[in-house]
Amino acid sequence: MAEDKEERTEKTESAQAPAESQADAARSSEAAADKDASGARPLVVSPPPHLKAPDTTSKIMLTVVAALAPIMVYDIYLFKGAAISTFFWSIFGALLAEAGIQRLRRQRITLYDGSALLTGILFAMVLPPKVPFWLSFIGGFVAIALGKQIYGGLGHNIFNPALVGRVFVLISWAKHLTSDWYEKVSVDTISGATPLFVAKQLYQGTISADLTKFYSTALFRNPYGSMGEVSALLIILGLVILLAFRIIDWRTPAAYIGSVFVLTWWAGRDAIFYTLSGGVLFGAVFMATDYVTSPITKKGKVIFGLGCGFLTFLMRLYASTPEAVAYAILFMNALTPLIDTYTRPRVFGAVKNA
Amino acid sequence: MQRTFAGGVHPPEFKELAHDKPITRVEYPSRVVLPLAQHAGAPAKPLVQAKDRVRRGQRIGEAAGFVSAHIHSPVTGTVIAVKPHRTAVGARALSIIIDVEGLDDEERLETPENPTPEDIRRIVQEAGIVGLGGAAFPTHVKLSPPEENPIDTVILNGCECEPYLTLDHRLMVERPARIIEGLLLLKEAVGAKRAFVGIEDNKPDAIAAMRAHASAADSIEVVALPTKYPQGSEKHLIKAILGREVPSGGLPFHVGVLVQNVQTALAVARAVREGMPLIERVVTVSGQAAVSPGNFEVPIGMLGSDLVAQAGGFTNDVAKVIFGGPMTGFAVGDLAVPITKGTSGIVALPASMVDPFPEEDICIRCGRCVDVCPARLTPNELGTYGRLGMTEKALGIGLFDCIECGSCAYICPAHRNLIQYIRLAKARAREMK
Repeated sequence: MAEDKEERTEKTESAQAPAESQADAARSSEAAADKDASGARPLVVSPPPHLKAPDTTSKIMLTVVAALAPIMVYDIYLFKGAAISTFFWSIFGALLAEAGIQRLRRQRITLYDGSALLTGILFAMVLPPKVPFWLSFIGGFVAIALGKQIYGGLGHNIFNPALVGRVFVLISWAKHLTSDWYEKVSVDTISGATPLFVAKQLYQGTISADLTKFYSTALFRNPYGSMGEVSALLIILGLVILLAFRIIDWRTPAAYIGSVFVLTWWAGRDAIFYTLSGGVLFGAVFMATDYVTSPITKKGKVIFGLGCGFLTFLMRLYASTPEAVAYAILFMNALTPLIDTYTRPRVFGAVKNA
Repeated sequence: MQRTFAGGVHPPEFKELAHDKPITRVEYPSRVVLPLAQHAGAPAKPLVQAKDRVRRGQRIGEAAGFVSAHIHSPVTGTVIAVKPHRTAVGARALSIIIDVEGLDDEERLETPENPTPEDIRRIVQEAGIVGLGGAAFPTHVKLSPPEENPIDTVILNGCECEPYLTLDHRLMVERPARIIEGLLLLKEAVGAKRAFVGIEDNKPDAIAAMRAHASAADSIEVVALPTKYPQGSEKHLIKAILGREVPSGGLPFHVGVLVQNVQTALAVARAVREGMPLIERVVTVSGQAAVSPGNFEVPIGMLGSDLVAQAGGFTNDVAKVIFGGPMTGFAVGDLAVPITKGTSGIVALPASMVDPFPEEDICIRCGRCVDVCPARLTPNELGTYGRLGMTEKALGIGLFDCIECGSCAYICPAHRNLIQYIRLAKARAREMK
């Protein structure tokens, strides 16, 4: 018995020897954390999960920039220097505001996360191509300063920063954003500031027009709107990119676009025209889907989209503002916390209320 | 219609490292350490003291109450001491440390030829059997549900949804008959009419092996489930196979179901047919930093360092060693901790897969966590409430419905430490009571 024990102990010991020294090395280098003489590293102890998905905040932001890139490129191709200037000053203003305010607040400067860059691009996209450089700069700055940083920074803002910038410049310098800078509509005998204005006149009965003539311009080369609306087709391409990379949920754009279409059709108007004009597509794909300012629950996203669609429809028909989409989204942004509270999913195992 | 549950994530499986490695019995080490608390419920009370001689299979720890379990010695030898010893979770727990002589002098439980349901429950309790899927809940308690909640279905959990772990897979491929035998005993013990075996579809050979031994005559159906983490969570297994939802705060018996891990069924068969108490289990050693991953049958109480040595050791760039699976397991700082009834595996990750000081970003309300949470909670809110000490608010949105599966923290692009914050909130909530 004793012999067996010795033999067995020997065997176990020699089997232990090679790896035991490794385990020992790991332990001793863990004890002397800064020393790495044996070449073995100390063991990291942290709570689970010990695997992480490869997604990061920066990657997400940059993917959205990539979805906007085709539109940006087309803008620069069409509007050349004016587009470059507007993009540049808007992005510069946004980055400056972010870095500057974070510095003032003594926080880590987080330009690397790409969110200010994205806001800069989005803000430029809701401007017409030809605006004074100072307007895009101030707008980009205000979008970040008043639309985001003042609430505490990334993740804390209530309103879509690019739209806050848009409304700010609209109120302050409306002249620069409307008639002077847009190409005027002149098709056949129609004249007016924008196709939407033409449509309003049409449905008021003051003129007659064929709105279907605007379809192709809306899809391919729309000179009447902001830089983001230059081609509905490229917006749809952006939507496909965002869905393919699982950046956005299909529910918000579907609910928004769908409700505008259905409501307009029900009201007896040209639904395709209304859906393709005035930034509905751009707003539904790139603005209403902003993570921070829209609901986090699936049901909430649908309600948000429907609300935006309904408000857009209402304002288009009855209000005199050219900014239905922007105001609709901002209004729904304000309702988002409420929507989130009331659309929390039913917890697994929770009894349904009788 | 696919049988599954809402939510869940798809971490890389890494099963190929060990899934075709047959189970190997280890050489017994020279020393075993048996913590008295290696199961859910009250720790056992020691029945031995230093210098006592013990036999393999002898009861050395007595269950303290009903929700507790006996501890048996896996070896014949001498007790060195009964004192605190470091465990995998980092704490020191009272343990029986035994110097190993051999395996010869064995004790077995008495087992009748044709056990009644009462016999089965009694032997399971005497054998100290606890759930071997990781939760280590005393099995005899599960076999004795309240009278008003009879069991109509038994489900064996062969999902093994954690990455790297392949022990259940190998058990199903190599010992399907024994597992089914255990399942039939469990079925009889609770008087269930039918049984299912749930297996993720990334294990086609296991599904085939189990199907070959499961007969329709015994009302056993082997169900292949879509591979998705955490399909092996007992509540979600019940949901996927039967469509029943265990009520919040409830247990499977509230919907008439008993769920057991396949290895637990095996232990039940060994106890009832051979009188073997729970003194051994199969664990997987794996990970990109494991020199030769494999599946090993080890005595309960073997130190991790001894097993790792026999398994070929780790590479020089090992940075993290996990007892359990990578989604819910414990990272250890010291390998010389015992393998207990609840240890399913040892996973070694290299430096390239480990970030020692991960930075947490702000929640951007992307909603991925809400999409993947199998408990249908809002982990972003729970995390924030936990971090800010807003325990009441966290309780109001389902804090204790969280099963801590880790899906939310896995998918979060901001790398928020959601599980940590949720655990913090739970700890505070328990203190409040």
